[in-house]
Amino acid sequence: MSTVHEGAVAAHGADQQTAGNAPAQHSIHGGGMRRQLPEMIVGLCLIAAPFVLPYLGMSPDLLTRILIWGLFGLGFDLLFGYTGLLSFGQAAFYGTGGFVTAYLLTAGLVPNMLVALLIGTAVASVAGLVIGYLTLRRTGIYFAMSTLAFGEMFYFLQNSSFKEYTGGENGIAGVPPPQLSLGFVDIHISSGWPMYWFVAFFFFIGYLIARRIVRSPFGAVLKAIRGNPKRAMALGHSIQSYKLTVFVVAAAYGGLAGGLLGIFQSYMPPDAFSLDTSAQLVIQTVMGGAGTLLGPLLGATIWLYLYEGLQRIGELGPYWKLILGIVFVVLVTVFRHGVAGAMLDFVRARRGRLPADIDADASAKVSSELSIVPPLATSRPGAPVLEARGIGKQYGGLKAVSDVNFSLREGELHGVIGPNGAGKSTFFAMLAGELPTTTGKVYFRGQEITGIGVTAVCQLGMSKSYQINQLFEHLTVRQNVMIPVLARNRGKFRNDMLKGLHSDALDEQVNAAIALVGLSSHADTIVSEMAYGEKRRLEIGLALATGANVLLFDEPLAGLGPEERVLVVGLLKSIRRGRSMVIVEHDMDAMFELAERITVLYEGCKLAEGTPDEIRRDSSVQAAYLGGMDDHEPA
Amino acid sequence: MPSMSLFLSQLFNGLATGLLLALISTGLTIIYGTLGVINFAHGALFVVGAYAGYTVYGITDSFVLAIAGGAAMSLAVGLIIERGLMRQYYSRPPEDQILVTFGIGIILVEIVRSIYGGVSLSVDVPAWGQGVAHIGSLIYPLYRLQALGIAAATLLLLYFILYRTSLGLIVRAGIEDAEMVNALGINVKRTFLLVFGIGAMAAGYAGMVDAPIVTLLPDMGHRVLVDSFVVVVIGGVGSFPGAIIGGIIAGVILSLTSIVDPAYSHVMLFVVMALVLILRPQGLMGQEGRE
Repeated sequence: MSTVHEGAVAAHGADQQTAGNAPAQHSIHGGGMRRQLPEMIVGLCLIAAPFVLPYLGMSPDLLTRILIWGLFGLGFDLLFGYTGLLSFGQAAFYGTGGFVTAYLLTAGLVPNMLVALLIGTAVASVAGLVIGYLTLRRTGIYFAMSTLAFGEMFYFLQNSSFKEYTGGENGIAGVPPPQLSLGFVDIHISSGWPMYWFVAFFFFIGYLIARRIVRSPFGAVLKAIRGNPKRAMALGHSIQSYKLTVFVVAAAYGGLAGGLLGIFQSYMPPDAFSLDTSAQLVIQTVMGGAGTLLGPLLGATIWLYLYEGLQRIGELGPYWKLILGIVFVVLVTVFRHGVAGAMLDFVRARRGRLPADIDADASAKVSSELSIVPPLATSRPGAPVLEARGIGKQYGGLKAVSDVNFSLREGELHGVIGPNGAGKSTFFAMLAGELPTTTGKVYFRGQEITGIGVTAVCQLGMSKSYQINQLFEHLTVRQNVMIPVLARNRGKFRNDMLKGLHSDALDEQVNAAIALVGLSSHADTIVSEMAYGEKRRLEIGLALATGANVLLFDEPLAGLGPEERVLVVGLLKSIRRGRSMVIVEHDMDAMFELAERITVLYEGCKLAEGTPDEIRRDSSVQAAYLGGMDDHEPA
Repeated sequence: MPSMSLFLSQLFNGLATGLLLALISTGLTIIYGTLGVINFAHGALFVVGAYAGYTVYGITDSFVLAIAGGAAMSLAVGLIIERGLMRQYYSRPPEDQILVTFGIGIILVEIVRSIYGGVSLSVDVPAWGQGVAHIGSLIYPLYRLQALGIAAATLLLLYFILYRTSLGLIVRAGIEDAEMVNALGINVKRTFLLVFGIGAMAAGYAGMVDAPIVTLLPDMGHRVLVDSFVVVVIGGVGSFPGAIIGGIIAGVILSLTSIVDPAYSHVMLFVVMALVLILRPQGLMGQEGRE
């Protein structure tokens, strides 16, 4: 208990000390040069490539092709590597963008190449919106299967309904070479190196945008969705909107890459739509390293270079795909993060014990207390904050909870206890808006919230911590805590993919929440590397960081050793001011120490309610816990 | 206006295609239901079965042996895949499982291509299946009718195995709750091996049954994979009745739209899948909450 409190006091001290020189500190962290280093390196590599890579036998055409795949892969990597959505239907957007652009240019409808590319990209994005809406209704394997199937649908459409526009099996030939009019001079871009520069320009822009997306608040939420979609939802993010948006972004990248393909080859092939195209993209991204932005480019280099190389070795030519398949299976089995991931791991290992994920932009200062969502003005003073009226839940023939009335007063700490199987978890899930009720209603400050879903409940200012830790295991503590703070600052969805992630206000809140649960010294530790007790505190910290002033704790002490237990009980006491809390707990001693009122559930019904002393003396409660109640329970 | 006999013969076609699709999808669905793995190499196993059957047919001149050979080959390949690779993947995320089975599929198809070449091959209809059948006023190719019967009989056999034997009980229990089955002390490892083998065999078996109706190409597995995915998305993944209903629906849609315009038959199939995803995302027979 004392540790936590001291932490909070220290935080206050730091506030006064650092308040004066905050801007200075920020300029150190925000050093533009270092932050833009990857962009500069990629830019330099694109410039240097034509002077170096030809010595390795790479032709300008090969390099251009690699860049087109790399651009296509940037979008796919945002979808798969960052958000965890494995789509097997990206060819649909590559083909759509390509054919629309090629058709507009060859039919002479849009003479301006850039406008044609833009329209192609836009149409591909609209296709992404429709397909994304349908396929994102399910996750995991369903998503992979249905994207694959819809990808095939586009292949069939190209060959049937749109045959007269797309040329069916012949594709569209004679796409005019690119031409840029700058008003005073027309630049004709011929094949070879000029084409490389032309495509490299688009790739670089695409890369800059993808970098910004990854480093934006939007990008932070994407990574959280990949790590633990359910918790991201419970922390107040409408993950469906994020998924759909990133799906559309990936489709746009695909559409632009497809458009460039037609212009580059002066021919748009129908197999752009084929399953092989989607598969090649997936394989390249995984081989190169998903979740690294440059992974797909690296994968495309390996695939295309190997393909050309094997063609030159006479006997091996026909076996190129077999060899690639074997390489792919070995890579998936052994190097889980692809070539780029393996390289990053190697560099990190060389650097020694430096934590891998220090966020250089985040300031570590704690300059303010964690702010709480201001309670909505209640129309009736003294009215309950959270109220359940006769709620019940029935699963088939089983009544898990029946007809429970419950109310939480403002500022109260209310305990819920009961033997195993009493229906505590079900009751709690209904209170939290996670589960719809079979009967009865739940009200939050007078507003009905029965089954409205965790995201909406969280945005109203109520949050739950889970019995089994629900953390973002592959992120650092700081990145974890950022997720609820972002939901509070930005609402359940905001499309701010080009904004910077850090602001003083955000960092302050994140640091305050970390300090509150006593994890400041671990702020840059990856969660999966932490001890159980620390994770348990972070679990509570996530709920706190939402700023919710009504908190539901599901067995916060579960599995803790004696020392950690003292720490968490202290933490729960210290956060009471300004908050109302409900705690479900097995630990009776802790409950009698903490709670002002206690509700006892037994066999799905409310058995008793009262102050700890009343509950201690209640004979029916004693009987329930001693395994009594024999009179209406057959032996 | 399409004639009644055309409609009827297309309906038969649809049933034949549908039951074959159902058979293939059953393999996919029992592997998923028990092991939690969606086998992206399923189309490739269909190809392996068809080509192995082609070879056996060439040597023995017996179509029955050819079907047995195709099934045995895909069973063997399935067992090798499970033992050699998949076993390490059960604890890894679904994305990794999808990727590795997809990679295995590529390897299998490329091995087939390197042995048989990329040109299309055709399998003759067996002697007992040649000619036409007269059903009332309808004249219909005999073998297609027989393929329909073979697929139906096999599905019945699978139904019997799944619903009337102890292995089937374990498989169905595994679909409900694999962890619990494990906890009950059943040799899950051996069951997994067996289920993966049977699932693979269903694909290979169907491959040879289908072989006289289609032309063999190493790349034909793609279509099979896509179609069986559509079937399980419509029917509900992991559900045996769902695979059968989904298969029949898909087959009938494919053949009936062909009457109007063959180019649209597959497009129509995807439209139906989209409708299922909108109205009943878990599939017609799928359970809510299963991902």
